[in-house]
Amino acid sequence: MPRDYSLIGPDAQRAVDAGLVTEDWYRTPIDRKQMKALMRRADQPAIRDTSILFGLMAVFAGVGIALMPSWWSLPFWLAYGVLYGSAMDSRWHECGHGTAFKTRWMNQAVYQVASFCMIRDPYCWKFSHARHHSDTIIVGRDPEVAIMRPVVALKVAANLIGVPDMISGFRLMLLHAAGRIDPEEAEYLPPMFHAKTIRTARIWVAIYALTLGAAMWFQSWVPVLLIGLPRLFGCWHMVICGWLQHGGLADNVTDHRLNCRTVYMNPVSRFIYWNMNYHVEHHMFPLVPFYRLPELHRVCAWDFPEPCHSFAEGYAEMLPALWRQRKDPDFHLRRPLPATANPYQDTPAA
Amino acid sequence: MAEWVNACAINDVDEEDVIRFDHGDRTFVIIRDHEDNYYCTDGMCTHEDVHLEDGLVVEATIECPKHSSIFDCTTGEVETPPACENLCTYPTKVEDGRVYVEI
Ligand code: FES
Repeated sequence: MPRDYSLIGPDAQRAVDAGLVTEDWYRTPIDRKQMKALMRRADQPAIRDTSILFGLMAVFAGVGIALMPSWWSLPFWLAYGVLYGSAMDSRWHECGHGTAFKTRWMNQAVYQVASFCMIRDPYCWKFSHARHHSDTIIVGRDPEVAIMRPVVALKVAANLIGVPDMISGFRLMLLHAAGRIDPEEAEYLPPMFHAKTIRTARIWVAIYALTLGAAMWFQSWVPVLLIGLPRLFGCWHMVICGWLQHGGLADNVTDHRLNCRTVYMNPVSRFIYWNMNYHVEHHMFPLVPFYRLPELHRVCAWDFPEPCHSFAEGYAEMLPALWRQRKDPDFHLRRPLPATANPYQDTPAA
Repeated sequence: MAEWVNACAINDVDEEDVIRFDHGDRTFVIIRDHEDNYYCTDGMCTHEDVHLEDGLVVEATIECPKHSSIFDCTTGEVETPPACENLCTYPTKVEDGRVYVEI
């Protein structure tokens, strides 16, 4: 069946008619006391990680600047880029959920910085991500589908260097700065936030203008290597993790075990990605903070499909499915559940 | 005409926790904060049709289990988006180990 991912196209209504716009998603039963303990917030893990993150960014950028124009500066800029273009994505995500820190202003502060780095308006993306959680991979409803079907390999690959994302981010920022809201965004962004979006975009345009101006004034790459460009050359880690979240799995279902994937990753990737590799767990219970997702994963194991044990295993599972989805958009993976699990909920239960 | 309704025993709700309370065809939550104050609000979040019974209570606030909007339990005021509308709150009193709600 052809798919129209526009939020204002025919599939949006089709999803409503099919009963897919519903709160009736499957949730693994968990004892309330245990759930409360899993949702409990703390500041310490996120303060530690945020200090390490910004500390490393300062060191990599500092060494990168000191070694310029030698090619020896390159690895430091690449490392800085990954923290800017990929780690900021997960900080944007966790702080947007309000789960990273216990103290609310800390979530807000990191969220604003990370939104700027990712060129995502903090208000639009707050609501877009809420929609992604309400209607995960529901065609015509979810504004954050990373891999659309039929899969166009080149388009997907272009995301590795952030080109489509960056173009879209700048287009929307300039549109907002001109006082306008994109019609698709207006689908989920309440009018009371339009003015904030417009004001934010104007501040960001001023920052980018200053950055560009400084680069030209000093005849130096440093300003744009610090701000803006790393969104391009550093986003690859976000992308290779992000594809695994839902790639090759079902769409138009109401069970996150069918449309999300959990993948075990190495500690460095988990630091950059802030444990979002536990993606089924995160979607089913979004109030559980990143540092308790491994524990939640153990609690849910009886009811979840076996996770992929590495990046390699995840890609070995996903890539053939994506290849097939170029020609057959209805094809998707359906992983077996353990014998102890409740059956999959393909359609709303009610 | 509002009436005082016997909603639950005080120990039915743990400290900093929430339970669901249905009355007639309406649904509410009874919330107990960290200082043993009890509150009653509408059961459904004002953002989407999600029940707050699975939410997270921190001091005198409740966070929606779906998209993390936080509401002040004393006033129902929404403190963080995506919810934009306040929750309705209802007066409560504790008598003889029971929580009563005026609805
Ligand atoms: S349903 Fe409560 S915040 Fe979205």
